[in-house]
Amino acid sequence: MDTHTKIRKIKEFIIERLIFLSGIMSIIIVALIFAFLLKEGLTLFWQVPLSDFIFARNWYPISDPPQFGILPLILGSVLVTAGAAVISVPIGIGSALFIAEIAPPKTKEIMKAGVELLAAIPSVVIGFIGMITLAPIIKSVFGLPTGLTALSGAITLAFMAMPTIVSIAEDAITAVPRQYREAAIAMGATKWQTTWRIVAYAARPGMLAAVMLGIGRVIGETMAVMMVTGNAALIPHSILQPVRTLTATVAAEMGETVQGGEHYAALFAIGIVLFIITFLINGAADLYLHKTKK
Amino acid sequence: MNVYLKQKIAFSVLFLCTLLVIVPVLVILAIIFVKGMSAIDISFLTEVPIKGMKEGGIFPAILGTLYLVLGAVLFAVPLGVLSAIYLVEYSRENFLSRLVKLAIVNLAGVPSVVYGLFGLGIFVLYFEFGASILSGSLTLGIMILPVIITASREALESVPKSFRIVSLSLGASKWQTIRHSVLPHALPGILTGTILGLGRAAGETAPILFTVAAFYLPKLPTSIFDQTMALPYHLYVISTQVPGIPENVRYGTALVLLLLVLLLNLAAIILRYQFRKRKRW
Amino acid sequence: MVAPEIKISIKDFSIYYGENAALKNLNLDIYKNEIFTIIGPANSGKSSLLQSLNRLNDLTPSYKKEGSIFIDNEDIDNADVESLRRRVSIVFALPFPLPLSIFDNIAYGPRMHGIKSKSKLAKIVEKGLREAYLWDEVKDRLDTPAMNLSGGQQQRLCIARILAVEPEIIMFDEPTSGLDPISTARVEETLRELKERYTIILVTNNVAQAARVGDRTAFLLMGELIELNDTKRLFTMAQDKRTDDYLTGKFG
Repeated sequence: MDTHTKIRKIKEFIIERLIFLSGIMSIIIVALIFAFLLKEGLTLFWQVPLSDFIFARNWYPISDPPQFGILPLILGSVLVTAGAAVISVPIGIGSALFIAEIAPPKTKEIMKAGVELLAAIPSVVIGFIGMITLAPIIKSVFGLPTGLTALSGAITLAFMAMPTIVSIAEDAITAVPRQYREAAIAMGATKWQTTWRIVAYAARPGMLAAVMLGIGRVIGETMAVMMVTGNAALIPHSILQPVRTLTATVAAEMGETVQGGEHYAALFAIGIVLFIITFLINGAADLYLHKTKK
Repeated sequence: MNVYLKQKIAFSVLFLCTLLVIVPVLVILAIIFVKGMSAIDISFLTEVPIKGMKEGGIFPAILGTLYLVLGAVLFAVPLGVLSAIYLVEYSRENFLSRLVKLAIVNLAGVPSVVYGLFGLGIFVLYFEFGASILSGSLTLGIMILPVIITASREALESVPKSFRIVSLSLGASKWQTIRHSVLPHALPGILTGTILGLGRAAGETAPILFTVAAFYLPKLPTSIFDQTMALPYHLYVISTQVPGIPENVRYGTALVLLLLVLLLNLAAIILRYQFRKRKRW
Repeated sequence: MVAPEIKISIKDFSIYYGENAALKNLNLDIYKNEIFTIIGPANSGKSSLLQSLNRLNDLTPSYKKEGSIFIDNEDIDNADVESLRRRVSIVFALPFPLPLSIFDNIAYGPRMHGIKSKSKLAKIVEKGLREAYLWDEVKDRLDTPAMNLSGGQQQRLCIARILAVEPEIIMFDEPTSGLDPISTARVEETLRELKERYTIILVTNNVAQAARVGDRTAFLLMGELIELNDTKRLFTMAQDKRTDDYLTGKFG
């Protein structure tokens, strides 16, 4: 082997090691994220038992003594997320069916571009618009002292979940084999019967994954929700009250904490909770997506 | 009920659903364009903010966002492309490759504020980069990594197998084959993914909250260890944290951010379209 | 008659894809500067054998083999795989031009092997194209996309591309299956010329083609070597009934 080839082979050996390292980097990063959340967050549990952290009803991080119960925050997140799901799931699945099965090709392209456009709008811009236009409407319609409520958050977040739901559900619907449709039509079913009973039925796992990923996005959403929900860390009794979510708490309070202190650790502990929730949701959604492909 | 009437009603409902997704987008865009245009002029784009951000321009925020986005891409693109090469060209179907794919899915789903916490923990504190452009760029870079990897994977997978076989059968090594017969043809797809990642990074706020963003810093950063203002955080600050900001300044800031993000997305869409039209295999 | 020089020696060679045997215990020698044709119906193991000779099969995850192949008395498992593939070239059934210009297609191999000089490359490209009888048709448009050539021209381009890496053995895997009779005749003509300097293995399911160009012919069926003989003999007095049936078109 001549020297030119030898040098080339050494170079390639190094490049291929680098490729392997980059390849497993995603695993390393996931592990690092979890490790750093644990490193900064676990110290909280020397002072506060895990059950108190999750089930205690008061989040008063700066009173003396501080109380770190995230139940109101969990309920805030659940309320906003559930509200967003109730709005975005039927609308999202409905428009996915329309775009995939009914819209003529040109309209379809325009509608898909519209959905992509929605996905591209930064969350802080959506939050800004929600705060300025939606909140006053909610306030006057329901005669409330403030329009920054769980409902405003749910509506705003519904829009942020929709691009995810529509595009993934549309993929799942389009992936249903053509023969299913042809067989149904050949047996005399109308287009609607085919779409609803056959195509939507066959695409169920993919649509379920779409819904899960949409919900995953909503739970993790931070800026928009912080700007429109009013940020009151109280256990909500109605969807027309201000609430504070897990994400908004971290984003709003981290700037004021003492590094290494209890409050600081508590916010990282919330990060651990968020990480685990989204990990489970995304993992499950991925399983369903793979099921559809098979 | 007549089945055709039923069908008509059903289709109308679905159409209404679609309108409910798309019309608000147009309304949002229209409101921001109409109300924001009046704020935008040369001085708004090129001057530093003054009088507690009530007047002056937003140039430091624009520049800060450009720096952050550039830094994120410099970090994420090489790593993401190499990672995609590993998945498409090197890995076989086994436990490790399944684990990598699962990790990517989860990275895509991690909440942006958790990336912020991670960036704070590892870059700001552990590596002692402080709150700086470097920390913020790296955090954003990790956040857009799944976008880059996924786009690059699709681009690599769309290159026909025959290109690889031909190159190998001519005695080229595996890396030469990838470098000369696969990557050049995957480049437009990778570029599209990169631009989408840019757009995503430009609009994100939560990851930069604790890693770089400055509340009010009316001067330009001079090194990667400086803090900087950034457009999305600036919009958040002037909408919620500072009372008495004139409305058109807020809308103007929102419009600049929106234009930046939409132009990047538009560029990606055009590039993808051009590429599909030109593709010959 | 002088004993012919053995170029390739295949010993007790079997190929499996997962559980399925594609080739069973093959033993044969291929001589230097002959056209060795392999005939047989689909799935008889012909293409699998070719892909083992330059170890392209290594890329197939389910591939397993037993036995050995020697080229110039060296076990190919011990050879550097890149130089092996340079020495043992393959022309596929479908022409696969790379999406590059005509010039860059042919210069691809030499460039990968470290030749950078423009004038050197130009000489190699011209030589390859001349030997593949394509030079006169394309010499004025070397920088146009190779994808624009006709099917027959593309196949000759692929031959020129291989000649540019100066192989010793050229394998043709049904090279004319997609071509019209005139293009086929040109490729066969090229084969006869190439035989002077290269060892040629031709896999074909066109029996008449084997009869026209082959020096010796092997008949494979279901992964087994049924019969091997001088082409003329095989075609005129097949020893095995299955060979006879195949040649006379009773199956295949």
